[in-house]
Amino acid sequence: MDSLQQRSSTVQEPPGAALAYRPTPPPAWQPRTDPAPLLPDAEPLRVLGTDAVADADPELLRRLYAELVRGRRYNAQATALTKQGRLAVYPSTTGQEACEVAAALALEERDWLFPSYRDTLAAVARGLDPVQALTLLRGDWHTGYDPHEHRIAPLCTPLATQLPHAVGLAHAARLKGDDVVALAMVGDGGTSEGDFHEALNFAAVWQAPVVFFVQNNGFAISVPLAKQTAAPSLAHKAVGYGMPGRLVDGNDAVAVHQVLTEAVTRARRGGGPTLVEAVTYRIDAHTNADDATRYRGDGEVETWRAHDPILLLERELTERGLLDEDGRREAAEAAETMAAALRERMNADPVLDPMDLFAHVYAERTAQLREQAEQLRAELDAESEAG
Amino acid sequence: MTTHATARPAAKAAAKPATMAQALQRAMRDAMAEDPTVHVLGEDVGTLGGVFRVTDGLAKEFGEDRCTDTPLAEAGILGTAVGMAMYGLRPVVEMQFDAFAYPAFEQLISHVSRMRNRTRGAMPMPIVVRVPYGGGIGGVEHHSDSSEAYYMATPGLHVVTPATVEDAYGLLRAAIASDDPVVFLEPKRLYWSKSDWSPEAPAAVEPIGKAVVRRRGTSATLITYGPSLPVCMEAAEAAQAEGWDLEVVDLRSLVPFDDETVAASVKRTGRAVVVHESAGFGGPGGEIAARVTERCFHHLEAPVLRVAGFDIPYPPPMLERHHLPGVDRVLDAVARLQWEAGS
Ligand SMILES: Cc1ncc(C[n+]2csc(CCOP(=O)(O)OP(=O)(O)O)c2C)c(N)n1
Repeated sequence: MDSLQQRSSTVQEPPGAALAYRPTPPPAWQPRTDPAPLLPDAEPLRVLGTDAVADADPELLRRLYAELVRGRRYNAQATALTKQGRLAVYPSTTGQEACEVAAALALEERDWLFPSYRDTLAAVARGLDPVQALTLLRGDWHTGYDPHEHRIAPLCTPLATQLPHAVGLAHAARLKGDDVVALAMVGDGGTSEGDFHEALNFAAVWQAPVVFFVQNNGFAISVPLAKQTAAPSLAHKAVGYGMPGRLVDGNDAVAVHQVLTEAVTRARRGGGPTLVEAVTYRIDAHTNADDATRYRGDGEVETWRAHDPILLLERELTERGLLDEDGRREAAEAAETMAAALRERMNADPVLDPMDLFAHVYAERTAQLREQAEQLRAELDAESEAG
Repeated sequence: MTTHATARPAAKAAAKPATMAQALQRAMRDAMAEDPTVHVLGEDVGTLGGVFRVTDGLAKEFGEDRCTDTPLAEAGILGTAVGMAMYGLRPVVEMQFDAFAYPAFEQLISHVSRMRNRTRGAMPMPIVVRVPYGGGIGGVEHHSDSSEAYYMATPGLHVVTPATVEDAYGLLRAAIASDDPVVFLEPKRLYWSKSDWSPEAPAAVEPIGKAVVRRRGTSATLITYGPSLPVCMEAAEAAQAEGWDLEVVDLRSLVPFDDETVAASVKRTGRAVVVHESAGFGGPGGEIAARVTERCFHHLEAPVLRVAGFDIPYPPPMLERHHLPGVDRVLDAVARLQWEAGS
């Protein structure tokens, strides 16, 4: 009774007077992680043109150069193959070669690469047979290669869906006690997909040894970054998940290699995932089917051509006396040899067995698939009899 | 690994009736004990043991690395399971409710179902996706969907659904042992159904893809699965009074489909009704009726009929009894099987 009276008298007190009953204060709030170390630097990291190049291993610099030149030639050759009808489509990475090559070279053999449909070059730089890397795009099989051979997941067409795979694989490897890292590649457009966010969240919660590598090449087909995100940078997205975000000049092969290698090493040592955004540019159209003049001006392309990853590295190496005329010729010749071999092999029609359609749907064919295989067999026999 | 794991040796403890939920839990527990690559993951599967307690005790027994509470993101759960399978694990994923599996459809359809195919067999996906499905438990919206037709329409997936406690154990063991992805549909209104089978007694591991005749009969075949099996069994008993001796086939596996058992039954009886609670239009019954007609046309005395849920979004709980095919609707269909030319 007492307390009831007390309450009613409290209610009548003028505003601002002390309450007889005070709500218990909530427990003090504290951020779980200090966000400051997770934030990306204000400017993308650049190594070329700074004194930091002196720290780089000359062998690595030469290797990067040779791979860039080979990569550029590969892009040109594959693009030419689409014009000859040998490839259904080719999403070129001309202008983005530094990212592709660095992604491949930042990994150890036991690590895994999770490429998107655009990242053929990263797969080739990691050692995948250039013809096998093009199976998907030629259209004779969906992936075609054995992912275990070079630890390269299938080139992934639905955007960002390979990212949770990378997390799961890295998590599984860690559970087994293997110090394997997964590097997962995605475009700027792909960062808007739900799978991107779910993958980052899982990776951070599980502290999975994964590196998310965003190639921000300015456009998702025709849509510019400004219409894709309102974030200060894509690297900033890392902070909300509790992992570091890193920004790097995607046309500076040495810088990309350095940032990715740091992130891979950190993951391998149990430091958890990192999100790396490389700022780069897609010089070619989205694919051969795209008309890039509809959504961007020549001036923009020319500015980026001047910031070409091969030019940047070539200038630096030449100035430092690490590359001369012979070195350049050597790299160009090696690239030409690769292109000629690729041309020749791609000009041979692939030998296809239609019965393979039923070969890998299930471990064991279902009764339904056995029936359908018999039907196709009969159709093929009839075809060959008819000549 | 084959789909025929060996039966567990009998334990001595006294046999107590088991529920379907317990049988499923036991299946996971036995699989995890036998094979360290089996991992369970999902929302609330750890400490809580799942909202239906199907994973009860697994985290305690095997640790949180083997039975993992994930962040709340179905695409993420299934997507990470893909990566785990790539690295040699056998993930068993729990989707909390039928309608909450939809965010994971992209991973299921674009990756889980076709990874083997796109990699020419190099990368199988031994993943089990456990989905509590169907109505009859008074659930609010999004807790009672029957999504089997969506899964059935995706090549590369097995789609399995037990209707008995014994099958819950046997089929889940087979699903976990399968090198291919299995969508394992758990009829949630049968979770608490009991059987004299005891988790302490040995249980057979059923191969995926085999239907079973639950009741022998001569007048007509009821073709059904999952939550509709008890309905059909009851209808068959009731039909006896009308002079109908019904055979009941429990499909157990929707993909692959056991054409042989089903066709053999319909050839014996000459009449068939397909019974399921998911919507009829575009539903499993249409496919089943077509298959039966193709194989048994000359044996059929009447068209293959369907008794299904209405073609409506799953109704609110106070109305669901009007939607779910019950014994009377099955018996009405059976009556209509007395087909006459020109009728
Ligand atoms: C889930 C999904 N939606 C749409 C597409 C069609 N599509 C292919 S590439 C692309 C743009 C991707 O842009 P971005 O992620 O920036 O990668 P980039 O092409 O620049 O490498 C779109 C919309 C797709 N492949 N997957």
